[in-house]
Amino acid sequence: MIVGQKTIVESGITLPPLAEADMAPKPTSFKPKLEVSRLNFFYGAQQALFDVNLKIPERRVTALIGPSGCGKSTFLRTLNRMYEVVRHARAEGEVLLDGENILAMDVVELRRRVGMVFQKSNPFPKSIFDNVAYGLRVNHRMSRGELADAVESSLKRAALWDEVKDQLHAPAWALSGGQQQRLCIARALAVNPEVLLLDEPCSALDPIATAKIEDLLFSLKDNCTIVIVTHNMQQAARVAQYTGFFLMGKLIEFDQTEVIFTRPKMKETEDYITGRFG
Amino acid sequence: MKAQLQSRPGWLQRVRKQNPADVAAHLFTLAFAAGVLVIAVLLVYELYAASSLSRKAFGWSFLLSSEWDPVQDKFGALPFIYGTVVTSVLALLLAAPVGIAAAIFLAELAPPKISDSLTFVVELLAAVPSVIYGLLAIFTMVPLLREEIQPFLQKHFGFLPFFQGPMYGVGILAASLVLAVMILPYIVSISREALLAVPPEQREAALAVGATRWEAAWQVVTPYAGLGIAGSIFLALARALGETMAVTMVIGNAPNISASLFDSGYSIAAVIANEFTEATGDMHLSALIQLGLVLFGITIVMNAIARLMLAATTRKGQAR
Amino acid sequence: MKPNLHLWRKAVNYLMFSLAGLCTLATVSVLFGILGFLVWKGASSINWDFFTQLPKPVGEAGGGMANAIVGSFKLVLLAAAVGVPVGFISGVYLAEFGGRKFPALIRYVADLLNGVPSIVIGIFIYALVVMPMKRFSTLAGGLALALMIVPVTMRTTEQFLRAVPDSLREAALALGASKWRMVATVVIPASLHAVLTGTLLGVARVAGETAPLLFTAFNNRFWSPGWDQPTASLPVMVFTYAIAPYEDWRRQAWAAGLVLLVSMLALNITAHRILSLRMARRSGR
Repeated sequence: MIVGQKTIVESGITLPPLAEADMAPKPTSFKPKLEVSRLNFFYGAQQALFDVNLKIPERRVTALIGPSGCGKSTFLRTLNRMYEVVRHARAEGEVLLDGENILAMDVVELRRRVGMVFQKSNPFPKSIFDNVAYGLRVNHRMSRGELADAVESSLKRAALWDEVKDQLHAPAWALSGGQQQRLCIARALAVNPEVLLLDEPCSALDPIATAKIEDLLFSLKDNCTIVIVTHNMQQAARVAQYTGFFLMGKLIEFDQTEVIFTRPKMKETEDYITGRFG
Repeated sequence: MKAQLQSRPGWLQRVRKQNPADVAAHLFTLAFAAGVLVIAVLLVYELYAASSLSRKAFGWSFLLSSEWDPVQDKFGALPFIYGTVVTSVLALLLAAPVGIAAAIFLAELAPPKISDSLTFVVELLAAVPSVIYGLLAIFTMVPLLREEIQPFLQKHFGFLPFFQGPMYGVGILAASLVLAVMILPYIVSISREALLAVPPEQREAALAVGATRWEAAWQVVTPYAGLGIAGSIFLALARALGETMAVTMVIGNAPNISASLFDSGYSIAAVIANEFTEATGDMHLSALIQLGLVLFGITIVMNAIARLMLAATTRKGQAR
Repeated sequence: MKPNLHLWRKAVNYLMFSLAGLCTLATVSVLFGILGFLVWKGASSINWDFFTQLPKPVGEAGGGMANAIVGSFKLVLLAAAVGVPVGFISGVYLAEFGGRKFPALIRYVADLLNGVPSIVIGIFIYALVVMPMKRFSTLAGGLALALMIVPVTMRTTEQFLRAVPDSLREAALALGASKWRMVATVVIPASLHAVLTGTLLGVARVAGETAPLLFTAFNNRFWSPGWDQPTASLPVMVFTYAIAPYEDWRRQAWAAGLVLLVSMLALNITAHRILSLRMARRSGR
């Protein structure tokens, strides 16, 4: 066991005070929502992920960190098979969602169950209401009343309702960057996904908007498994209960966030945390 | 990068312009470019001047009169405007759905290499000369219409005024069908480009909430490319309006205004093509040129609208 | 209800893309259909006579379209000789010398000119050339086609010139070359493809045109010496023979149509090859 030379405080990362429930001894086994085994990923002839094995815990926030180009975004996009829009992209291995292999599942159904929020907010050129309602309209037959209720509840979950309730039919672009990103989150939440994937959702946002989204994630995790890719270690420390560290296409270490940042087992993890590279 | 070099204020210009050789080169090339402008102006002027006889005689009522009588020197543009507009609009109604569907297929489903090859073949269709379309239409489409399609339409939909009357094959319907085929490549090619220009994040966002590929393509990507597709339609319309040879060969060449698509008609371009060299007198010729002026005006407007729309799409893409 | 909706959506997905694919297939097969039909109807009439004989008098069978083929060549040659230089030099102005407003105007006008129906171009040249000369002529026909080539060449030239990297320009200027010298000796040679491609594209555009020739070059059943006589051309012959009541003429129309189409396709494919070669070379750099 490698004991880190620098403590958490010295490396400038502060963990939030641990809540009562979180202070209880953590079982190393948790209920996994997603189980990834022997995942190898290729863009054509180029291999991007090497033998990744990972269990993502249910109803927790899991952060994926690592330097640029380490494969964390690629990994995220295999979880909802979004890589399939790229030609010559190929995944080998097994990814189980509640025990079902996602590679064998109907991709449309998979994507309803595993939602995604992108790095740069990408609202449709429609009204705020229509953006949130889009997934609902496509996946369900709902009455007007049911639709309105569902949109309202999604916007509330995304902590955007109060700001937009009087302008639901205004175009989505009229919103600020942070609001647009929360709108995208509302849009993803509307179809009630079991898992929410976020790919560096705050990288284009100012600190205040970022804080709002981080609070949001904290409240969402009770009903939803969250996986967030971030290049910001402080963010990972703030929001995630579990963290995985990727480097050059390999998963180096995966453990509770507290462990990763205070007692990492692998030297590469320690080097990254303490800023020796990346 | 080029703009940088040009808009660097003054110093380059001032220093270099003092070189007489540069000034000469500038003026030399400018002369040719200005010459193009002059020719365009001259074109409008000639059309205007050469049609003065007829314009003075008929004025604006030229556009509303349906009399075309070379013997009595009475001329009116209405039957030709009618024929031009009806055939073009009908052609558009037939070609637009097919063209847009093909564009969606090529942009959203087909792998890039296949999409490029197929698009190339479609664009070659635009290179087929008008007379060839006409030649083929006379000997394949017209008999088909006369023997199969028109009887079928009259039998099942004959209660509609569009499908009544004698069935000769040639006529408005034939001309519309040929035009539809001729404008198809423009719609496909430009719509496809508009669809390819939609940012991939839009499609991904739709897929990410569980939309099927078609739902993403039809409900998100296509509306986003809406302006570009509309631009392609206006461009196609402008082409159809000015099309001469293929139309002349199958429209029947009779200045009628009739509700039935089976009837013969006439388009502006067709009547000019047929009667110009045999015009009986100055007034007749002048009237034909006035028709040319009308056609010129209509196509210029259509082209300008199309260009505005297509320009707006590139701006839209950058604004994001 | 849910599983049914899901199946329905999948079915719609499959159905709509199949329909779209059918539309694509239909569009693509038109070209092959046209070509195939022309080959079927016209190939047998393409013989030595077709290329060497003059048309026979009305009613007599046989004869060829030698005068029309030569006529088309002459018309296109004149059109290129006049239109390409004008388009090219104007393109040089737009890319190298112009400011912002005036070139924008020229570009706009050229685009409008490009959209003018070819028959209106014919009327213009009729008023400008045929009326003063009091006769139809190859000259008039060639000028009408030249007017159609200009916008195409102008646009191609400007595009190719703009694609020459600024670093080349600056290198020449830094060595003390004056602007015109830089343009003439560095920029233009670096983009000679412009002339070739622009010419090919322009020629491909006008070689098949009929309407502008109807009352400029008119037609001629004999040879047309020089440039001031009316001349036969392949597209006009196709038109005249196709609508004629004589069986033999119609047979020849198919042959002429086939020759015309094959030439047009060859021109277009060549121009496309050169363009894509250019793209590949640039991106491969």
